[in-house]
Amino acid sequence: MEVTRVENVTRIYKVGQMETQALRGVSLCIESGEFTALVGPSGSGKTTLLQLIGCLDQPTSGQVYINGKDVSKLNRNQRADVRRGTIGFIFQFFALIPTLTAYENVELPLLLIGTGSAERHERVKQLLDWVDLAAVAQHRPDQLSGGQQQRVAVARALATKPSLILADEPTANLDTPNGKQVMETMARLNRETGVTFVFATHDPRVIHYARRVVTLRDGLIVENNGVQDVAAQIGAGA
Amino acid sequence: MIQLLKMAYRDLGRNRRRSFFSALALAMGLALLLLMAAVVEGEMRGAMELGIRLQTGHLQVRAKSYNENKASLKFDDLVANPEQIAAQVASLAPVQVATPRLFASGIVASGDESVGVSVVGIDPSSPANDPYRAGLVSGSFLTADDREGLLMGQTLADKLGLKAGDRVNLLVNTSNGGVDQQSFVIRGIFSTHTPAFDQGTVFLPLTKAQAFTQVGDHASIIFVLLKNRDQANAVAAALQSSNGSRYQVVTWEQMNDLLVQTEQLSNAYMMFLYLIVLAITATVIVNTLIMSVFERTREIGILSAIGMRAGRVMAMFFAESVLLAVGGIVMGLLLGGLLVVYATDIGFYVGSIAGSMSGLLIGERIYGYLTPNAAVSLTVIAFVVTLLAALYPAVLAARMEPVDALRSGQ
Repeated sequence: MEVTRVENVTRIYKVGQMETQALRGVSLCIESGEFTALVGPSGSGKTTLLQLIGCLDQPTSGQVYINGKDVSKLNRNQRADVRRGTIGFIFQFFALIPTLTAYENVELPLLLIGTGSAERHERVKQLLDWVDLAAVAQHRPDQLSGGQQQRVAVARALATKPSLILADEPTANLDTPNGKQVMETMARLNRETGVTFVFATHDPRVIHYARRVVTLRDGLIVENNGVQDVAAQIGAGA
Repeated sequence: MIQLLKMAYRDLGRNRRRSFFSALALAMGLALLLLMAAVVEGEMRGAMELGIRLQTGHLQVRAKSYNENKASLKFDDLVANPEQIAAQVASLAPVQVATPRLFASGIVASGDESVGVSVVGIDPSSPANDPYRAGLVSGSFLTADDREGLLMGQTLADKLGLKAGDRVNLLVNTSNGGVDQQSFVIRGIFSTHTPAFDQGTVFLPLTKAQAFTQVGDHASIIFVLLKNRDQANAVAAALQSSNGSRYQVVTWEQMNDLLVQTEQLSNAYMMFLYLIVLAITATVIVNTLIMSVFERTREIGILSAIGMRAGRVMAMFFAESVLLAVGGIVMGLLLGGLLVVYATDIGFYVGSIAGSMSGLLIGERIYGYLTPNAAVSLTVIAFVVTLLAALYPAVLAARMEPVDALRSGQ
């Protein structure tokens, strides 16, 4: 079943008189349960594509569908509503709220959808167990390592049982062991819960976790193939 | 809501010093407003009480043609048989005291100096004159049969360099339009702690004043004090019906209309000052919250990314504003409470400055008086202004595009 589809999407950024075309007509379909990597060099359009799929931004032209619904023309609050129940995010920086504990960070999306107290507590406990962070539930982000923070972010992304999780360079700020742990956690949760993951990366160490690799260059999809080929390409280019 | 307040509390806690000083700015603003409201109200009430006690009384019975500003001594403008009317008025249950008084314009001369004064003829034995009797600072009080003694205000005596026992010349207008003069001994010097009154008033026994001004057995007014001033209108109506058409009964509100107008003007002026103080306070709050918005731009992006709607982002900043307001108001009420207690119990010495304000009797000290209504309304206004101050920062945060906000600080 299709989770998201983009059709002939372009995105042009204007800075003063300058126009930058980040995406030049991209079409892509992601099926439920996929664990897909968007790869490509910096400036290739990976993050822009993730932002459009994630309803964080709107395309200059073309359509974006989430669970069959066209979200390309929604207003700010309508897009927030789509994100709240349907999409989870993991960012390159450890995007936690610094004043909240790990528990509260994971709890936050559940508060936004109005989950009851008891159910919320059970769900947060379960998620922190899944990412092996139950022991540090009451720690604030500045008391956690980078890897732990990113796993809290993974737990938070899963909190509302979304149909799609988007991760933008989730290991970029992590050392190899922590990066590996985060990717393994994501892959395990994909297998165990069936939730769809799409992650952007240019780190060759994590591409092999993907079961599908989409390669972008200069705002276009140039490859849509097996993981070994892409890893070899990036490795050769690096 | 509790979660919002919890988050807001922690967000304010990130920069405790800045949050504290923002709340303190509100506290100082509110404290200042409470003090200003108390001083103005106290000044107005004090001036009204002084005016009633020293000059107007709660009621005056006087001839309809009498003009208090001219201190007319024409027979038609005066009250005939004043003792009889005063006794009749005093027999009414709500009346505390009723006594005749005669007013004339005069000049006190001593050596080369002379000062214009209001000459007041009083019945020295009447309790209505207790404020002057209690304020005697030297010499003795007048007696009814004293033919050459007068009482002088301390401010006037100091100005002329006189003391009890000294002699002065007093010139007065008389009922036939002429002027008479006589040498008097200063029997006593009084102080009402009201420079405007003490520098322009001399007292004579009523009978002496009547003889001096050639008005016979007449008085300018019957000065009436009531047990409860709220009964003024009812007593005035009763007296009016029993005293025929030649006399009118005037209430303290009618006689102090200048003060009422001054209070209205002062209220409008104070509202302007309140707004200035609150605008300054609001600027501090706006500044704090805007800094907070800019510092937390990426967090706003995160919250937006996980589905927080614009309204809730706004609510988050309003919650911070509410906490700042509550903290500032609690501090402000404590601080303002102390200032108001000081103003109420000890007051502020203004000395003879008050004497320069014509038309109003203001004591040497201004005492505060804060009405519950003023305290509550100023607190509510301070709270609302703080919330309004959060509007712009909250809108700024809510209007951020999540993509731009997330990119911030990367």
